[in-house]
Amino acid sequence: MNVKKRLLDRTRMQRAIRRMAIEVVERNRGIEDLLIVGIRSRGVPIGERIAKEIEQMEGVSIPFGILDITLYRDDLTTIAPQPVVKPTKLPEPIDDKVVVLVDDVLYTGRTVRSALDALIDFGRPKRVMLAVMIDRGHRELPIHADVIGKTVPTDADEVIKVKLAETDGEDEVLIMEK
Amino acid sequence: MRTQTSALRSKDLLGIEQLSPDEITLILDTAEGFKEVSERPVKKVPALRGQLVINLFMEPSTRTRVSFEIAEKRLSADTLNFAASGSAVEKGETLIDTAQNLMAMRPDMIVIRHKYPGAPKMLADRLPASVINAGDGSHEHPTQALLDAFTIREKLGRLERVKVSIIGDIAHSRVVRSNIHLLTKMGAKVTLAAPPTLMPAEVERMGVRVVHSLDEALEGAEVVMMLRIQLERQGKLSFPSLREYYNTFGLTPERLRRAKEGVLVMHPGPMNRGVEIASDVADGPYSVILEQVTNGVAVRMAVLYLLAGGHLAE
Repeated sequence: MNVKKRLLDRTRMQRAIRRMAIEVVERNRGIEDLLIVGIRSRGVPIGERIAKEIEQMEGVSIPFGILDITLYRDDLTTIAPQPVVKPTKLPEPIDDKVVVLVDDVLYTGRTVRSALDALIDFGRPKRVMLAVMIDRGHRELPIHADVIGKTVPTDADEVIKVKLAETDGEDEVLIMEK
Repeated sequence: MRTQTSALRSKDLLGIEQLSPDEITLILDTAEGFKEVSERPVKKVPALRGQLVINLFMEPSTRTRVSFEIAEKRLSADTLNFAASGSAVEKGETLIDTAQNLMAMRPDMIVIRHKYPGAPKMLADRLPASVINAGDGSHEHPTQALLDAFTIREKLGRLERVKVSIIGDIAHSRVVRSNIHLLTKMGAKVTLAAPPTLMPAEVERMGVRVVHSLDEALEGAEVVMMLRIQLERQGKLSFPSLREYYNTFGLTPERLRRAKEGVLVMHPGPMNRGVEIASDVADGPYSVILEQVTNGVAVRMAVLYLLAGGHLAE
């Protein structure tokens, strides 16, 4: 795959995450009942960074959890080989919490559909919000994000690659061509 | 959606002997993810929705059958239990005919327990469904060895160079055969102890150390696996009396002191209390016997999950 364009560099990603953190607090009118949940795998470091930004702004620690959606995928019986299953870790019951789901890229919406099903098996949140680093369009389900780092119109044959220091050694967002 | 690649090579799980260390590690890692599912308020995930699993138990089993059934239900598979008694098997139907009739109902997986070694392989070679061996005679019991390994790895953090002593009815045990394959592949140090009549000839060729006294086997052991004296497989006793067996090979709190501090005491069940193991040990602080049962569900979920779904060849 060839790199077509660099959408965001390290500084612009940091700014985007800071703004996303502010928007999460604004939309929730504070930090009450807030629980940030990263979707494996790249939603986890982004979610952790958002939680950290909110902690710095508000001076209070924000609970953070990890959701593995593998077992809720709608294509499990057709893909091969089976994707790796890892544990879901939620720090506290999600009942009556405002859960902020975090992922790197919003595309077809199927991951988010799986994440909602997975989340509901753990309880009944007061509200669920969705925060994504990149919204690239091409939805196949009626799903939208509440907080977006950057909206990017894309072609179906393009691939968005979000790289993070925690998992990939550096921060950048690339648009690639198949 | 992102997909990490890693898979089992075969459509079936017939034994540990055919698995590579990487495949064993994949199953154990996957089981860690599944253990968490059993701790949720809703203990069910939709991964195997719409798949039919037939549990074909041609030999009595409670623990393994129940464990597989719970694993299947927690993965949302449809399950059908088929036992030898009360079926056409009693009317003289052969295993192949039984299996082909069941296959006509389009199951995705068959879990089989049979008294004859090789029965699962015979089905696996003839049927398109995935076949999981839940114990075939004195051959293999792969999911038991996997749950034992999972328990050791969870408690001690590793399998490599762990000193494991397996004591008891080595000759009749499929559990020990699967465990020797698994533990030696993963680099553990295995010691066997049994009365000479219950020790198979030339078992050292499997890469294990053989001793003939319990105390020698316990010296410095990090894991002690006690095996059930399988009275039903022996015909007649291979030793003078159960009392004498207990006195020479029964695990008591006093004898356990020879083992390493923090030793894990394991037993695949069902236990003969007062024969191979004293109640004080079975219920004591070093026993992980009930944790083995809990881990069995997670390990079987992992196996079902990894064998289900798309296969590489398709």
